[in-house]
Amino acid sequence: MAKLMNFTGTILKNLFHKPVTTKYPAEPAVYPERSRGHIENDFDQCILCGLCMRNCPTGTIKVSKPEGYWKINRFDCIQCGYCTLKCPKKCLSIVPGYQTPGPEKKEEILTRPVTPPPEKPAAKEEKTAV
Amino acid sequence: MGKQSTVPFGPQHPVLPEPVHLDLVMEDEKILKAIPSIGFVHRGLESLIEKKDYQEMVYVVERTCGICSFMHGMGYCEAVEHIMNLEVPKRARFLRTIWCEMSRIHSHLLWLGLLADAFGFESLFYQAWRMREKILDCFEMTTGGRVIFSVNTIGGVLKDMEPDHIKAILGAIEWIEGELKVIRRTFLFDATVETRLKGVGVLSKEEAHDLGCVGPFGRASGLKVDTRKRGYAAYPEIDFEPVTSTVGDCFARCDVRINEVFQSIDIIRQAVAKLPEEKDLNVPVKPVDTPLGEYFMRVEQPRGEACYYVKGNGTKLLDRLRIRTPTFANIPGMLKTLEGADYADVPILILTIDPCISCTER
Repeated sequence: MAKLMNFTGTILKNLFHKPVTTKYPAEPAVYPERSRGHIENDFDQCILCGLCMRNCPTGTIKVSKPEGYWKINRFDCIQCGYCTLKCPKKCLSIVPGYQTPGPEKKEEILTRPVTPPPEKPAAKEEKTAV
Repeated sequence: MGKQSTVPFGPQHPVLPEPVHLDLVMEDEKILKAIPSIGFVHRGLESLIEKKDYQEMVYVVERTCGICSFMHGMGYCEAVEHIMNLEVPKRARFLRTIWCEMSRIHSHLLWLGLLADAFGFESLFYQAWRMREKILDCFEMTTGGRVIFSVNTIGGVLKDMEPDHIKAILGAIEWIEGELKVIRRTFLFDATVETRLKGVGVLSKEEAHDLGCVGPFGRASGLKVDTRKRGYAAYPEIDFEPVTSTVGDCFARCDVRINEVFQSIDIIRQAVAKLPEEKDLNVPVKPVDTPLGEYFMRVEQPRGEACYYVKGNGTKLLDRLRIRTPTFANIPGMLKTLEGADYADVPILILTIDPCISCTER
């Protein structure tokens, strides 16, 4: 049997109930421990092997060992965490805190000074027959 | 006989969350025929199988849909696991079941909100989505994501549920059960809702069967179809019966979905009670192991049955991936209900199949 005024109880309850929403950003957002916010690289541990670059589904990570950089375009990252599984040194990790918006897609670059490869001893001059 | 005219409906329309276009052939206020056209949000996800290896592809497949993302990932993983003969650990199968049912609760609550919005009951819409937020919080706590979870992998799952997480999930579903019992009174026993939904878009059992309807849309017409009963994840060890109705109108579809939320709550409780204590959550897959063969996997999503055809050729790149989503199967049924309907009922009739157009176009 259909009735009217079925919703009245909910309305009255809501009148005396505090809001269920939080006033973000006035109130800080609380992220759980496992929240997949963004990728962080402990660069001191990184050996620039490039496995993260080869396995990234969106191809957002670029690594170059000769030039000594590890860079990520955070706007293309989908926070899947596949790179953290593939990282042999476990220096990549997903931490809470989402990427903040920005006007342009900037890459975040981590660099380290490149040690030049040891010079090869100069090749002996070939003796030319006179 | 009045003059016939064609009214275009969509792809941009306030009631449609996603773009679908319908040409409504009308005579006065009655619809004679509806001609659909889709293709506005095609992303070509299936063809990415030629470029991504089969393990990376899990992250692509689960992005097919934003609501049933977990089940898309799981369906693909189970298909590849069958090809590779991988025995998934029992705990992983139970965890998959729990996450599946949480997805179902989340999807049905979202749909209830959209339905309330479609018939103009804004406060009811907010109440339904308020409940859904608890489930999203539980997802974020256990998997790290609110919409895309990335916990499935070939051979099992990547993350475990701690005792704290299980306690929080049980608390959340108990709260939802209590709140939904209150909201259910408005959805099912309120005169305004009843007059808007009862007798609208009736689809008989024979028509639903002939048109191949799946999921709650088919079950509301009396079809006892539920792919979960075929047994995947941990469903063979769970005791449940498909929720059906015999009326086949919009009200029955609403009723079936509300009862399915209660059923999902019951399944989660059963799964938690039977959750085995195991350390292993996935079977390690060696780099030399690659899928060779083909498999056809069927999964029951909140909207109905989804099919995954996977064919591997023994390399890291698969030959073919085909996903058939439930909305695709339900579109003929929706067109049938539109025939002879009033123009004012079109939004509700489109909504009662729970359309997911991005899913359908992939």
